[in-house]
Amino acid sequence: MSLEIEIEFTLNGRLTQVKVPPTMTTLTMLREELDLTGSKLACGEGECGACTVLIDDRTINTCLMFAVDCHGRELLTIEGMTTAAGLDKVQQAFVDYGAIQCGYCMPGMIMQAKYLIDNNPDGRVSRSDIARGLEGNICRCSGYTKVVDVVAAAMLEENAS
Amino acid sequence: MSAVLDQTIRKSDENSIAKTTVIGKRIPKPDAPDKATGRTIYINDMVLPRMLFGKILHTDRVHAKIISIDTSAAKALAGVYAVITGDDIPLLKFGTTRDNVPLKAGKVRCTRDEVAAVAAESEEIAARAIDLIKVEYEDLPPVFSPTEALKDGAPVVQEDHPDNHSLYYEFIHGDVAAAEAASDIVVDHEFDLPYVTHCCMGPSCVIADFDTNGKLTIYSQTQYPYNFKMDLAPALGIHPGDIRVIQPPVGGAFGSKLDVYPFEPICALLAKEVRRPVKLTFSREEEFINSPTRQPAEYKIRSGVNKDGTLTFRKIDCLMNNGAYTSWGPTTPLVQMRTFTGHMRVPVVEYKGLSVYTNSVYAGSFRGYGNVQATFCTASIMDMLAEEVGMNPIEFSLKNAQNPGEITPQGSILNDCRLKECIEIAADKTDFLNKHEANKVARKESGRFKYGIGLGTSIHNAGGAKIHKSDGCGSILKLDDYARATLITGASEIGQGIDAVLCQIVTEELGIPISDVTIVNNDSAIGPWDVGVHASRTTFIAGNSALRAARAARKQILDAAAKQSNVTAEELDLRQGHVVQADNGVPVVKLDKLLRQMHFGEEPELVMTTDYYEPNSEGEDENHVGSLSAAWAHAAYVAEVEVDTETGEVRVIKITAVQDVGRVINRLGIEGQIEGGISVSLGYALSEEVQLAEGKVLNPNFRDYKVFTAPETPEIEMHFVESDCKEGPLGAKGIAELPAIVPAPAVANAVYNAIGIRFHKPPLTPEKVARALYAKQD
Repeated sequence: MSLEIEIEFTLNGRLTQVKVPPTMTTLTMLREELDLTGSKLACGEGECGACTVLIDDRTINTCLMFAVDCHGRELLTIEGMTTAAGLDKVQQAFVDYGAIQCGYCMPGMIMQAKYLIDNNPDGRVSRSDIARGLEGNICRCSGYTKVVDVVAAAMLEENAS
Repeated sequence: MSAVLDQTIRKSDENSIAKTTVIGKRIPKPDAPDKATGRTIYINDMVLPRMLFGKILHTDRVHAKIISIDTSAAKALAGVYAVITGDDIPLLKFGTTRDNVPLKAGKVRCTRDEVAAVAAESEEIAARAIDLIKVEYEDLPPVFSPTEALKDGAPVVQEDHPDNHSLYYEFIHGDVAAAEAASDIVVDHEFDLPYVTHCCMGPSCVIADFDTNGKLTIYSQTQYPYNFKMDLAPALGIHPGDIRVIQPPVGGAFGSKLDVYPFEPICALLAKEVRRPVKLTFSREEEFINSPTRQPAEYKIRSGVNKDGTLTFRKIDCLMNNGAYTSWGPTTPLVQMRTFTGHMRVPVVEYKGLSVYTNSVYAGSFRGYGNVQATFCTASIMDMLAEEVGMNPIEFSLKNAQNPGEITPQGSILNDCRLKECIEIAADKTDFLNKHEANKVARKESGRFKYGIGLGTSIHNAGGAKIHKSDGCGSILKLDDYARATLITGASEIGQGIDAVLCQIVTEELGIPISDVTIVNNDSAIGPWDVGVHASRTTFIAGNSALRAARAARKQILDAAAKQSNVTAEELDLRQGHVVQADNGVPVVKLDKLLRQMHFGEEPELVMTTDYYEPNSEGEDENHVGSLSAAWAHAAYVAEVEVDTETGEVRVIKITAVQDVGRVINRLGIEGQIEGGISVSLGYALSEEVQLAEGKVLNPNFRDYKVFTAPETPEIEMHFVESDCKEGPLGAKGIAELPAIVPAPAVANAVYNAIGIRFHKPPLTPEKVARALYAKQD
């Protein structure tokens, strides 16, 4: 029997307790222990961003973070962005702008987009700044243009409201 | 009952429903909301009850005899359910030319070779078991380059092919020697095109499950479910009819899933052994090493041109590294020949293409299939020949571009050819001529940054490609009692957006909301046959089939409505869930009500229609002549680049895409296909290469294999030429491969315009460009 460690953290607004082996990654915990398969395993090396999750309001490649390090933290995954009222407006914008094709990278991409939008209070970031902010997320379908469009439009809207 | 529609013809009033269209609009993919919320269960996310995990032991050699395989320690590990090797299974051959087997016995021929496989309770245990398998080899002399493999005494890769020849293609039209003698200018060029790979974000994955009757259900990423059964069956020794293919959502395909690869039958063999479902998934490293590449190729091309700028002939010698086994890669001459013979008017053409077995990795199909390689050559050569004859690239291209109605030497019928218009728009929108001249002047001046503009054009099949006996697609359309439609189509959805396109087509014909159409296309036991997602064919072929099924349903509905009223079917239309008077939009009856009346009336009928659409095209004869596709399309792409002459870095500033799309069906989808295709093509031009040394992949990760990311992505401007294709669904043509084909040579031409150096071997990495710049200075 391998050693398991009990940890407690806030996951998508809900207090969560789980026992994990010390070697398990946060991504594996989310996908296999907690059935949150929205975050994807696409490289397992921190190179592609498909496993991106917001942890204490920062985007993290969860394939590189041990699950035990989630103890006491606050996690927001792609599943937690959606409420009973429907899609989060960033998610909706990805749909409306046609940024999603195969969609495999999109949960990670959307988390990173949300981070950029939430951390840009003055709304004066340029397209090249946005692109720089998305460089850790690989997409093989969209060619990124529509993703940058989504983020730029959302920033403008945030600024106007 | 017959008095239900007792209205007399009425005048237009406030209830009138105007005719609207969804064609050409920006329609989000129906599956996008689930994908945006993480709700979509991809195959990689699937877990079946009692499921075990498979893993493959790939060889650590490139060419060796297998002396022995010791699996005893692996079998003894707790949690291991099965360990199989090539000695445990019949050596049943499969593959494009039947030269591959699932697990290798006796000999390994390349770094991918599968020598054993494990099924275990978890991926971790399976990996530990793999580590416990001991294989003893005796190394054989390897050969990696096709040139070396052709020499006398070269190591033999496949015993059935002692000369290492795999496939050979030849096309001859006219007398090249005579054309050469008559040409004012004859020029030789060589190109060397690299291995690149798809980089699907969802790594390869398969789940296999045999039932007690011996029937196999395979959950697959395949993009050709129906012929997949035919190709998988020989590897397992079972009947194709005993295979059911389920297609869960996939993380990209791009041509990489158009063949059966060994991991799929291996997973099925494990499932058969353990009598439980088995799932097998590649790590990213395994994906880079073991999934197919684009076909690499070396070209020697001789071109003729007269002083007035008229192309006179093209002679192409193509040498392809087949690798150790044959998938679709070495068959790419089928498409590249169409480019060499059809990209611009070339009266005399000779093409010879040979693929040669080596101990290298092997290639499959990849978006653009052969035309990526061919167009890199032809579009580069067009730029060079323009300079030879002292013309600018625009004038030279226009001089040689075909007119509508021309037929190429191989028989591609360019009925609605809009190549000239594409070139003219591209030149006009980019101010090409002024910039091209100014850059040529500026490159002689001092300054670290140089600017270039380059044109790329090409042709691609846009109405399917009849490489099988049928290039068809089936559809089954039904309407329920609530006027909700279900379209069961053979066409697969791999992210490209056929779901939205088919919903639009059904909506357009039946006048119901897009959200009231459901597409079913994920089960080979339910869907009618389709040849697969390839060759830019799905909108064209599946679109036509859906259109015809929808038109049949529309006729059935309007006939029923006419029968119950005092007007003819021709005087009625379907709009916004109503049968209306066609001339003024006055509602006659609500569609759902009419459908219930049809269903539960005196002569009960359901609206259910079927269609099998076979495009109006002919396969090639033994001389490679035939129309092949029911439509052809052209594109002109202009690249504008900045070259840093100190670092050699090429930055693409802007791509202007002009493409004949027939007619825009889904504007969002078409933009997405073009933007995504450009990204792949720019990677081919500038950054991507699977690097091999002694047959082994040196860069099996995203750190060292450089795909384009957001910051490198240039501004993209696009212009659609709508030729309104007569054969296409609502005028549309297939569009998705040209964007992955044409930008790369446009970039190479732009780099030449910037620094006066011609590159014949992409990718144009900073190192390669800097070396060339420094060599020029010396």
